[in-house]
Formats: sequence, C-alpha cells, structure tokens
Amino acid sequence: MPEVAIVNYELGNLRSVENALEYLGAKAGIVSEPSRLSDCSHIILPGVGAFGEGMQNLKSAGWAETLCEHVKIQKKPFLGICLGMQLCAAKGTEHGLNEGLNFIGGTAERMPEDGHTVRIPHIGWNTLTPPAGSRMLAGLPEKPCFYFVHSYALTNPAPEFLIGHAHHGEPFIATAEHENIWCAQFHPEKSQKDGLRLLRNFIEMRD
Amino acid sequence: MLQTRLIPILLLKNGQLVRSETFSIHQIIGDPIHEAKRFNEWNVDELIYLDITKGEYNVQRRADHKSQGMEDPLAILDAVSKTCFMPLTWGGRIRTFEDAAERFTRGADKITLNQVLFDAPELISKIALRYGSQAVVASIDATGNAAEGYRVCTKGKDKIHEFSPVQWAKNLEDMGAGEILLQSVERDGTGMGYDTELIHLVSRAVKIPVIACSGVGTYEDYAKGIEAGASAVAAANIWHFKELSDKNGKRAMKRAGLNVRL
Repeated sequence: MPEVAIVNYELGNLRSVENALEYLGAKAGIVSEPSRLSDCSHIILPGVGAFGEGMQNLKSAGWAETLCEHVKIQKKPFLGICLGMQLCAAKGTEHGLNEGLNFIGGTAERMPEDGHTVRIPHIGWNTLTPPAGSRMLAGLPEKPCFYFVHSYALTNPAPEFLIGHAHHGEPFIATAEHENIWCAQFHPEKSQKDGLRLLRNFIEMRD
Repeated sequence: MLQTRLIPILLLKNGQLVRSETFSIHQIIGDPIHEAKRFNEWNVDELIYLDITKGEYNVQRRADHKSQGMEDPLAILDAVSKTCFMPLTWGGRIRTFEDAAERFTRGADKITLNQVLFDAPELISKIALRYGSQAVVASIDATGNAAEGYRVCTKGKDKIHEFSPVQWAKNLEDMGAGEILLQSVERDGTGMGYDTELIHLVSRAVKIPVIACSGVGTYEDYAKGIEAGASAVAAANIWHFKELSDKNGKRAMKRAGLNVRL
C-alpha cells in the first residue's frame, strides 16, 4: 500500500488532501519533518498562498534540499498541487522575484485579466483537454472538470513535460507531468469524482 | 471554459439549519450534517455555510436528534470536510485572525467576513497574506432599491452605514478580498428574484468575482444574476423546498446559454 506524505510547510488546507486520500484507501499522513520523507513512497506538495512565503517556509524548515533528494534523485512519485505546482518552477513573480524548487523549470506568473469576463483570481470549475498519453488524467472523461483557485500560473516549463491546458481568457498550463513528477494547478482534492480519479492514478503510480 | 458556479448557502443558527426571510425571520428546517451529505451526492459546485447566530449559542437539542456535535457548530466543518470533496466556505462569527485560522484548520477553504470589516478592516490583508486573497470572501449586505439608492448595512438592518455597496466593494477589493458575496436584505427569502440593478452596479465596480445572492424564487432567476454581471450565483431557501434543486437549476442555466458543470 502506498504511504503518502503530505508536506506541511504551514500553508493551506492540508486536511482536505488527507481526507481525500483516506477516502481512496491510501495511507496518508501530514508530515512536518523533512526526515520523515524516508518512510514514505509518495509525496504530495499541496498549498494555497503566496509563492514567496511558500518558498521561504520550505527553505527555512529544510524541505527544499530533502524534497530534491527524494523527487529528483530517488524519483519517488510526486504531486504538486496549486501553489505546490508553482513552487516546482524555477522562479515565481508573486510579491517580488523568488527562486523555486526548479523541478520543472519555467516561471509562475500572474495571469492576464480584463476585469469583466476574465477575472483574477481564476476561481471555479474549469474543463481541460487531457494531452495524449497523459498518465495523470488517464481514465477521466474527455473534458474533465476541476476546481481552480489561483491568480498565478506556470509558464515555459522544461520541454520534456507533457502539458494539459485549460482556458481562462487564453490558454494556461493546468497540468504538467514527466516521469515521477506530476503537477496540477487545480485542486483534485476539491474536484469531486474527477479529482478523486486523478488522486487514484497518483497513488497507483509506480516507477 | 470556466463554468458558471451555482452555490447553495446553508444558514446555521444555534447549530441548526434555518431558512431566513428579510434577515429577521428564521425557521428551523433540519440537521446540517445530513443536508451536506445530500449536497455531496448531488455533486454541487461549492458550499457556503453562514453561521448567523447572534450572541451566545442557545442550543436547543431535541431529544430525538440523531446528529452529533450540535454544541460546537465547527463540528459540522469537521464532518463535512471528511465526506465532501468540494470547496467549502465558512462565514459568520469570525472576529479575529485566530477565528479564521481555526476554520481553515478544520477544513474550510475560504472564510467570509462581514460585520467585523467595519471594526477591523485590516483582518482581510492579514488573512490574505497568510492564506491568499482567494481564501477571503467579503460579504456585503445591502439595503435599498434601484430608485432610492443603496446603503451597506450590518446586524440585519440595525446598523446602516454611510457607504454605498459600490464604494464598500471597491474598498474591500483594495484591502485584498478575493470575492464579494452580495446580499440584499429586502430580497432575502422573498423569492422575488435577484436585485439585478444592485448586482450590476457592484460587479461593474470591481474586478474580483461577485457572487449574487438573495431573492431566488425560480431556477430562471440564476441566469438573470449572471446577465447582470455576477460571476457566480447563490441561493439558500430554494435548495430546501424543491426536489433536484441542483440539476434543475443547472439545466435552467444551460437553457439560458451558460456553461455549467452538469
């Protein structure tokens, strides 16, 4: 049985991620000590909040290096959710320029808005088109629908990542996946049955 | 494409689910935990809970009541977040940063603030800095009508403020609110339909999403709220007294040409 570590870096609603994983029958725990990652098979970096503060918390608690070891070297299945996805970029521009974990390259940048039909934060349910060969979105309907809450999105990730786009005024990156690294800009733990299916794909991921 | 959200609002008073009329009459209609499970089965877009209890809790537990945790209204959050994999917003009785933090810890994705913003407006930015703007829904209660103009009010209509809803909404946006929940005291619980002029004025004045509320009597009212400029539509009473309120509400929105998650 997969043992999923939910990284607690003091930002966001971790309980809902844990509740969803438990509902799916996985063993999941909120982990506050980087050394505990050795005991787990899967890692989720959740998070809601600002890039700068998120990265600062990850660094000051010693997460950044340990995550790099388990994700990039040991290649444990990894899922970044919302801010957790953005923190995987090389850098972010929220409240000043900050360096990210750089698992997928690129920049987390503010999304364009027009203030009328295209409002920021982008809040609500949006459909996306799964890219061909997606393992993350396998078994989902043709137009799966997920819950998004964000103002920033990933741009220019490394070319090896398979990208799923959603549309808010213009297309933006909603999913990125390559080998053991999966990222979702939306909240699968808040996206009812489509989201639960994605999380099931994740806990069933083997490398 | 972004789908237009349809949001049930559940009103809680002394741990019981109630229906409301003009912010003054409240009738007990049931058990909040049971209702939440029903909404989850319906696959609704989002849930908003508003605890409208004034002063001390006065729990009137019925001898035959099967639900638990009625003494602690936040126990509803614990229970709901375990089974409802959808966004949850919690509002009412939040006075401090710690009050908000507790609700996030117990499963809320967003909190809504209203009255406290007149006494401690800095609370928005404090919460937004820690949890993000998207986690703060600022609620505005408006009184008045299109002909005579509108004012913001709190405590029902006991306190009428000098601000118009447009001015207040702009202030709240500047302070860092992520969404506006817009209510009309005169329309609340009447089934007369949304106050579309009010919705139009406020949603034109701000760039953040506006959730229309108050007055829904038929499913056709939802699309009128969106046409007036709202980004999402909410209602309370209609969910309790009609069958298949989610599906039929969404169908009416789709018939009106809106994108909805069916």
